[in-house]
Amino acid sequence: MSELAIELKGIDKSFGLVHANRNINLKVRKGTIHGIIGENGAGKSTLMSILYGFYQADRGDIVIDGKTIKIRDPNAAIAAGIGMVHQHFMLVENFTVLENIMLGAEESQILNAGITKARAELKRLEKEYALEVDPDAVIEELPVGIQQRVEILKALYRKADILILDEPTGVLTPAEADHLFRILGQLKDEGKTVLLITHKLREIMAITDEVSVMRRGEMVATRTTKETSVEELAELMVGRRVLLRVEKGEAKPADVKLSVKNLTVRDSRGVTMVEDVSFDIRAGEIVGIAGVAGNGQSELLEAISGIRRATSGTVLLNGREIDVTGNADPADLRRRGLAHVPEDRHHVGLVLKFEESENAILGYHDDAKYRRGMLLDVDAIRADAEAKIAAYDIRPPNPRLKTANFSGGNQQKIVLAREMERNPDVLIIGQPTRGVDVGAIEFIHKRIIEMRDQGKAVLLVSVELDEIRALSDRILVMFAGRVVGERAPDATEGELGLLMAGVEGRKEAAE
Amino acid sequence: MSVPYAKLPGWAEYGLIPLVNLAVAFLISGLVVLIVGESPLEAAYHMVNGAFGRGEYIGFTLYYTTTFIFTGLAVAVAFHCGLFNIGGEGQAYIGGIGVVLACLAFDRTLPWYLVFPIAIVGAAFFGALWAMIPGWLQAKRGSHIVITTIMFNFIAASLMNYLLNRVFKPMGSMSLETRTFDAGGQLPKLDWLMSIFGLSVGSAPFNISFLLALLAAFGVWVLIWRTRLGYEMRTMGHSPAAARYAGIKEAKIIVIAMMISGGLAGMMALNPIMGEQFRMQLDFVQGAGFVGIAVALMGRSHPAGIIPAALLFGMLYQGGAEISFEMPSISRDMIVIIQGLVILFAGALEHMFRPAITRVILGLSPKTRDAAVTKGA
Repeated sequence: MSELAIELKGIDKSFGLVHANRNINLKVRKGTIHGIIGENGAGKSTLMSILYGFYQADRGDIVIDGKTIKIRDPNAAIAAGIGMVHQHFMLVENFTVLENIMLGAEESQILNAGITKARAELKRLEKEYALEVDPDAVIEELPVGIQQRVEILKALYRKADILILDEPTGVLTPAEADHLFRILGQLKDEGKTVLLITHKLREIMAITDEVSVMRRGEMVATRTTKETSVEELAELMVGRRVLLRVEKGEAKPADVKLSVKNLTVRDSRGVTMVEDVSFDIRAGEIVGIAGVAGNGQSELLEAISGIRRATSGTVLLNGREIDVTGNADPADLRRRGLAHVPEDRHHVGLVLKFEESENAILGYHDDAKYRRGMLLDVDAIRADAEAKIAAYDIRPPNPRLKTANFSGGNQQKIVLAREMERNPDVLIIGQPTRGVDVGAIEFIHKRIIEMRDQGKAVLLVSVELDEIRALSDRILVMFAGRVVGERAPDATEGELGLLMAGVEGRKEAAE
Repeated sequence: MSVPYAKLPGWAEYGLIPLVNLAVAFLISGLVVLIVGESPLEAAYHMVNGAFGRGEYIGFTLYYTTTFIFTGLAVAVAFHCGLFNIGGEGQAYIGGIGVVLACLAFDRTLPWYLVFPIAIVGAAFFGALWAMIPGWLQAKRGSHIVITTIMFNFIAASLMNYLLNRVFKPMGSMSLETRTFDAGGQLPKLDWLMSIFGLSVGSAPFNISFLLALLAAFGVWVLIWRTRLGYEMRTMGHSPAAARYAGIKEAKIIVIAMMISGGLAGMMALNPIMGEQFRMQLDFVQGAGFVGIAVALMGRSHPAGIIPAALLFGMLYQGGAEISFEMPSISRDMIVIIQGLVILFAGALEHMFRPAITRVILGLSPKTRDAAVTKGA
């Protein structure tokens, strides 16, 4: 028996000539929770994919439990006792819990015997790790937190001793995340080894024993969690000092700029996504909408910005009504002073195959200053893009580069520059820092505060509760399509978490 | 998880990779010739000689090229808007109506240079009309453009059959064609262009619509990359969600893009009707609409790629005819096999050699390598 559950020696991996992992050495002690942090593109996912057999390393050895082994595919990883819980669950939505857990481990052509065995084994695992799940529930009817539990059970059913979790809390409420951490703690006590991949420093500090930091394909440091700090880890990740707190002064709210009244949105199947939502946003304030992803925030943003048709309700922009239930035209709303940074920059906010300069005019391409007669004025467009690149420090500073070749943070800056530089009255921002590296987050937060201080009305939607609390002057919490409560930014995380989970909100509504 | 590839320099992306794909297609075609029991080298000789060996051959090659530029551009324009227009065949066929109406009405009264512009407008109008219906059905009803354009090819064939039989055929004639046009309906050959190079066009129907095709190619470039309409079409094509976000009217853009596409396909009819036959015959399009799909695919939907791709297919058509003439055991169907292989390697298997080529090229150039690394994975 070895002290180490996993030892990676000199792992190296390139795609074409993109060097994703360089000479990675990692030691994970048995029975510990080991965190791996790094910015997007640091190579964390590639490394875990190598460990789980999706990719083969070009060089280097993987030592599991003292034995050097080759992991050619996920089956080999499972045989070596490695289980993985993916960021996007790999579950068959219309199968039951039991069927999902058996999938790929049926053991014979006739299912009956396997089902009986699996049921018994599942009972045992549930007991042992306090992971209660109804084995006959259909996956699509379960909340995400429970679905994640099914993923963990799936790995345990395959006798995993090492569990890899890739960004596991992105889809969870704070309460669900706490529950997950308790489960992980229990797994640790049972002698399992957990590898936790995340970009959330707080989680690392809360539950890991040791933490390794990756930057640009290299493993730059490993620390004992107790002996390090959030500041040190952030600095290691980015390679320079980072300001984690947002500096902001008092808000000075003025006139109402955006007024939403009784807005209801149903999707094409008639399912209610947003229900009877009303709020006002004044010039010079940031209103944050907190909530677990999928509780109607996306549909709310889309309805206000004219992309999705609302079923009923009214929205006033600068006192004038927007035809949200009819033919609201995003181009017209832009002209009327509404700017929108969409949640999904890859598919909505940008056209990744376009040159940077082409994306810098998306939605504003009608503007006379980009036109010369019947043609587009390419020189003016590029000059405009260059000015924005300079103002927002977009790198590399090349307006002709394909947008897909910019990093997540720089892509987001392209969108922000486009929407903010228009000097709008109302700015709607969805997930401003999703998939954005720590260094750029600091910059983006500063800009949002600046917009507020210039007297813009800002509507902010984010699934990152920390971000909402740091930036907002007022917080609205959405649950199941409704606004279930309004809180000041100094509300505790627990209080907001209960609202996000729909617990407090129901009570409030009943009273 | 996608495997990222480093970006290649332009000459490799647009030059080397297509050439390698093409070379492999020809190599395998050679093997097929070998299996038939003939010499691939001899076939290659007849192919190249038949396409370029004499002024007259070149004239024929360029005549076919003209046709394929039009249909290739038609497919490309729709493709930039994310629409797969399979209906070039039918749109070109219907475009013939516009050409014929112009010629029958004015060939005896007006000179060709006045009839030609009328015929261009007519061809584009009828082609656009035929593409507008599937476009409208896609935009408003969600009927898939691939299905509707294929169906419209058949409708076009039946309609033209009827029109040639009952409307255009002169009284007492037995064959399904219009009357032969007088001088006003006949386009001049480009023998002066050939004679600059000391060549004679001979009997080849290489005519002025070739210049129109080049003009159309430039027009398409301007449209796609230099106009607001082109910008909106490209946005739609890459990401309908981004287009909606940008306030681009989806239905309008789809219909307009299809009409431009159909108009270009319709203009193809000028070449055979006014440039070669001086009358409209049954089935004069002869599959050029479908070849246009291959041309657009090979040419990466860029006019600068479509022109050489059209030339390649012109060569295959003309040189292929020559092979089957010189080597009787190789039938004309052989050309279809070669075309199929070209489409297979240039289209479907486009990425087969890419990783290897990327590794070799970027391995040789340290500057691009560092740029690729900083992008990360």
